[in-house]
Amino acid sequence: MRVEEPVAPGSLDTEAVGVTDAEERVSVAPQWQLMWWRFRKHKLALLSTALVLLFYLVVVFADFLAYSDPHASEAQRSLIAPQTVHLFDDGRFSPYVEGLVGTRDPLTFKRVYVADPTIKVPLTFLPQGFEYKLFGLIPTDRHLIGVGGEGNTPDNSLFVLGTDDQGRDQWSRLMYATQVSLLIGLVSVAISLFLGVLLGGLSGYLGGLTDTVVQRVIEILRSIPTIPLWMGLAASVPKDWDIVRVFFVMTLIFSLFSWTELARVVRGRFLSLRHEDFVTAAELVGCSRLRIIFRHLVPSFLSHIIAATTLALPAIIIFETSLSFLGLGMRPPGLSWGVMLQSASNVQTAAVSPWLLVPAIPVTVAILAFNFLGDGLRDAADPYGV
Amino acid sequence: MVSFMVRRLVLAVFTVIAISMLSFLIIHLPPGDFVTTYVANQAANGGSVSEQEAANLRAQYGLDQPVYVQYLKWVGLIARGNFGVAMEYQLPVAQVIGDRLWLTVAVSVAALIFTWLVALPIGIYSAVRQNSILDYLFTFIGFIGLAIPNFLLALLVLYFGFKYFNANIGGLFKPEFADAPWSLAKFQDLLGHMPIPAIVLGMAATAAQIRIMRANLLDEKAKPYVVSARVRGLPEYRVILKYPVRVALNPFASTIGYTLPYIVSGSVIVSIVLSLPTVGPLLFKALIALDMFLAGTIILMLGVLTVIGTLISDLLLMWIDPRIRLEG
Repeated sequence: MRVEEPVAPGSLDTEAVGVTDAEERVSVAPQWQLMWWRFRKHKLALLSTALVLLFYLVVVFADFLAYSDPHASEAQRSLIAPQTVHLFDDGRFSPYVEGLVGTRDPLTFKRVYVADPTIKVPLTFLPQGFEYKLFGLIPTDRHLIGVGGEGNTPDNSLFVLGTDDQGRDQWSRLMYATQVSLLIGLVSVAISLFLGVLLGGLSGYLGGLTDTVVQRVIEILRSIPTIPLWMGLAASVPKDWDIVRVFFVMTLIFSLFSWTELARVVRGRFLSLRHEDFVTAAELVGCSRLRIIFRHLVPSFLSHIIAATTLALPAIIIFETSLSFLGLGMRPPGLSWGVMLQSASNVQTAAVSPWLLVPAIPVTVAILAFNFLGDGLRDAADPYGV
Repeated sequence: MVSFMVRRLVLAVFTVIAISMLSFLIIHLPPGDFVTTYVANQAANGGSVSEQEAANLRAQYGLDQPVYVQYLKWVGLIARGNFGVAMEYQLPVAQVIGDRLWLTVAVSVAALIFTWLVALPIGIYSAVRQNSILDYLFTFIGFIGLAIPNFLLALLVLYFGFKYFNANIGGLFKPEFADAPWSLAKFQDLLGHMPIPAIVLGMAATAAQIRIMRANLLDEKAKPYVVSARVRGLPEYRVILKYPVRVALNPFASTIGYTLPYIVSGSVIVSIVLSLPTVGPLLFKALIALDMFLAGTIILMLGVLTVIGTLISDLLLMWIDPRIRLEG
């Protein structure tokens, strides 16, 4: 923001001079400025923006944030509890974890790991680990944090969130799962946005028979219980398909059903705008219908569309997680929040190893954040209202 | 009123047709036709199907004919109550589904009742005591309810039940009643098991309905007729309950149409997690085994039930809102 920080329009009535100043500023402010002022008042939406940005940072830097290969399993180290990261050693900042020493339980002969306070495994920043490509382009093997050491020794154990039943590191898996789950949401919402704007736009702009047909189709789709249908479609995806193909089919299935709400919003906007002068002008100049829709109408209610899109994301995240949890969405070796939660589906296992339930936290937080962000955007999209 | 009813009925008929087409599509999506799968399944189980039998089956379901003929045949069979054979069970689909369909209805209705019983008073309270501590508390719980997918809620309930009460709280019946014929004792057992699925299933819908009711009532409360009723000295509870609540109820009632598909959808997943004997786990198993006749029938039945429920809610709406009753 290049403009100097103005007084928020809501908190004005302190000084008489300030009132006129600020009022003038409000009356000459461009629309995006008004939206920002309105949005800024919604504290939860601000916080959610930060959270959403954080989530997408994880999406971009998942490989960097993970410190071990999410698929590297070792049966010996299954279901290890999360390790506590000690930040200070002797009053000095030097983060470490206590080394894990494996012993046999004399009763069950199961291998159990106990933290040995005498072994301190120092955490290092930007250590070398497994190789990956940053942004899919730059090959590197640096990670944010990690520990040295190789093999099953006490000094190479770093399990911030414990391990799952196959001894894979939960933290690293969570990073990749976040990447997949949020990307599915983003791609699905992009497709349904296109469908929604196109069909809702045609419906609202053309009216008449087109409108009736599209509206009835929307009503029918909305009155069908979608999860059984999704399950049916998802189950028909052949079992031998690779992860990428499954990913794209899933996004298609999700967007097939989530465009209706977007279409409804777009249609409502079109109905209220289609008799405005600038639309008539464009028609007279001879613009094609698609051009009028995408060049003239859409930009004028873009903010509403963005808000509606944000509000559509949580539903997709919920459905992706649910389907993957059942084993019908993304499936191993693919990763997603739902796939991770699958390992907690057995209550007995979850009761002994509650850290398997940890992916529930990002699911809930992400859904909440998108909801609040969407609410804030929706309020801000119409900055002239009360 | 007649035109409203007719419009709704026509829409319902079209919805049922759409659902039947989608179910049919799902039956036919997996590669190979169902007889191929059937033969393979029989062979895997040590049985055998002769060429003649296979050909007969193909002819019965018209698998050698174009898709639209197959669809019409399938609809014809269903209209006569023949839903095909569930391969895994070697029993007619209708028999496999049996009681499960009604238990699904029972669970969904229980969730709907829970939603209403809880959302209505809380919504009214939150609107009347806007910005009070309890209002904030309910709003907070409501947001959490919206944000936790219901399979996750079911999982957490199971987890805490197991961890702190050492009880498995899934299911709808005690083991001794599971296969018993219906009796009063079994019915009581069912009622006793109902609250947890109903709450888990109704949680998200309840949260949404509280927000709707609260927003509607806040809009109504600010209108002049409420002020004038208050000025005339009506007791506060009448000022609120008699007029604005009734007006605010209309959008509330009209959202049942969207709540019901949502709850029925959710019931499938929650039933799988809580192992309820509804059609949910059956559908899941059928899909995993690619037993598409069973799966398609269940999807069709769930869809049709939802349409019927939505129609009932429309009738209810007509009864509540005179504007719809009297128009046209």
